Amino acid sequence: MSGEIVVKTDQLACCYREGRVLEDVSFQVERGDYVGIVGPNGSGKSSLVKSLLGLVDICDGTASLFGCRLADFGDWHKVGYLPQSLNLVNPVFPATVQETVGLGRLSLKSFPKRLNRDDTVKIDETLNELGIYDLKAKLVGELSGGQLQRVLLARAIVNDPELLVLDEPTAALDPETRERFYSMIADINRSRGVTILLVTHDSGAIGQYASKMLYLDKKILFYGSFEEFCLSPEMSSLFGEHSQHLMCHRH
Amino acid sequence: MNLLEILSYGFIQRALLAGTLIALLCSVLGVFLVLRRLSLIGDGLAHVTFGSAAIALALKMYSVMSLLVSMPIVMLASLGILKLTEKGRLSGDAAIGLVSALGISAGIILASVGGGYNVDLLSYLFGNILSISREEVIIAGLLCLGVIVLLTLYYNELFAIAFSDELARTSGVRVSYINAILVLLTALSVVLAMKLVGIMLISSMLIVPAASALQLARGFKVCITLAAVQGCSSVIIGIVISILSNLPASASIVMVNLLFFAAAFLARRVIYPKNSN
Repeated sequence: MSGEIVVKTDQLACCYREGRVLEDVSFQVERGDYVGIVGPNGSGKSSLVKSLLGLVDICDGTASLFGCRLADFGDWHKVGYLPQSLNLVNPVFPATVQETVGLGRLSLKSFPKRLNRDDTVKIDETLNELGIYDLKAKLVGELSGGQLQRVLLARAIVNDPELLVLDEPTAALDPETRERFYSMIADINRSRGVTILLVTHDSGAIGQYASKMLYLDKKILFYGSFEEFCLSPEMSSLFGEHSQHLMCHRH
Repeated sequence: MNLLEILSYGFIQRALLAGTLIALLCSVLGVFLVLRRLSLIGDGLAHVTFGSAAIALALKMYSVMSLLVSMPIVMLASLGILKLTEKGRLSGDAAIGLVSALGISAGIILASVGGGYNVDLLSYLFGNILSISREEVIIAGLLCLGVIVLLTLYYNELFAIAFSDELARTSGVRVSYINAILVLLTALSVVLAMKLVGIMLISSMLIVPAASALQLARGFKVCITLAAVQGCSSVIIGIVISILSNLPASASIVMVNLLFFAAAFLARRVIYPKNSN
C-alpha cells in the first residue's frame, strides 16, 4: 500500500431538501483499503457515499477524491459505483447487457462520446471475468437479481477503477449469492489493489473482508481497523455482548 | 386516381418529405422521453404551442413566421418545465401540467381577444400537412437536419440519462445539460409536428412509435431504429390513405401508428410468450 489518500472528508455535512442527514464527518481512506460502512437504518450511510460521488449536496465541510476537491474532480473513470437499488433499472428498458456495461466506458470519452472496438473488447473481457459473457445479448429487464447485480458490477469495473463504491450491493440477494458477491469484491480488492467503500447492513459478513470499519449514525461513531473495532467498547454497545464472537471470528 | 398520380403532385411530395422528417425526429426523441417517463411533455409543449400560435396570429404572422414565433416560446417553456422539476419540488407530470395550463389559457385569451377561433387556429389544432408550403419544408428540413446531428452527437449521453440519472452522473455525464438538450430538441420537434398532426395529436407522434418499439426491441439501437421506421411509415401510409379515402391526414397518420402498436403488442405475445406479462 502506497499510503496515497484516495478519499478525504473534513467536517462534512450533507443535506437534502428536508434537512441535514450527516454532521461533522471527517475521515480518510488510503489506496488499497477495504472500508465497510455500517450503521442502523437512516444513519446516513448511503448519503455519505452519494455525497462523495456528487449525488447529494454537501452543505458544510469538504470532500476530495484522489487529492482533488470534489467540485473540481473530473476523473470519473477512476471511480466505479454500484448503486443500492436494483429498482433503479426500468424493467422495460430495452438495453442489452453489452450496451449497459458499455455505458460505464463513457467516463473515459471526450465529446462526442463514441465507443470503439477497444471498448467492445474491454466490455467482453469484463463480462468474461465476472462469468456473465453468456448474458451479453440479454435485455437487462430479463435478468434475475443476482445476474443484474453482476452486470451493474461489470459496468462499475469496466474501466479498471481505482476506487469502487458499493451501496448495499447485496440487499436483494440470497445468502449464497451474497457470499459469492462479497468474495468477488474481496478478490478485486486484493488482486487489483482497488480501494473499496462498501455500505452494508450486514456487519457480520463484511467483517470477514473489510480492513477498516466505519460505523455511522448521523456522525462517525467508530473508524479504524477491523481488529480495533472488534476490541472496542463501541462494538458490544452497538451489537450486544455476543457480537464479538459472531463478527470477529474471520473464516 | 392511382398511387403514381398521387405522388406526382407537388403538395403531396412536400407533405411526404416534411412529414417523414418530422416523424423521424419525433419517434427517435420519443424513445428517450418514454424511458425517462416524460411522455406527456409533448402534450404540455403542444398546449404552449397553441398559445404561441395564438400570439403569432394576433400579430398577423402566418406560415413560416408563425413557426419562428412559436419556437423560442416553446423552447423557453420546455426549459421552464425542467427548472420546475429540478428546483420547484414538483414531479415531472405536475410541472408539465402547470406549463400546459399556462399555454392553453394564454392561447384561449389571445384567440378570444383576437376575434375568436378562425380557420388558421383550427389548422394548428388538427394539423394540415397537405397545405405545407415550400418555405416551411425548407425550414423543417434544416431544423430536422440540425436535430438529427445533435441527436447523433449526444446519443450515448442521452442513452445514459435514459438508463439512470444517478449512474450517468457517476460516469461524468453532465445530466442537467443533457436534460436541457433533450427538452429543447423536443420543443423544436413539437413545433414542427404541429403542422403535421396538430396540437391535439402531437404527443401520439412521440409516444406511439416508442411504445411499439419497446414491445419488440432487443437492444437500445434496435429500439430507436424500430421507432423511426414506424414513425416514418405511418406518415407515408397515413397521407396516402387520407388522399385515397378523403380523410384528415393527421388522424389517418395517428390511426396507422396505433395499428402498428396493436400489431407489435400482439407480436410480442407470439414471439416472446414468456416475457409478455
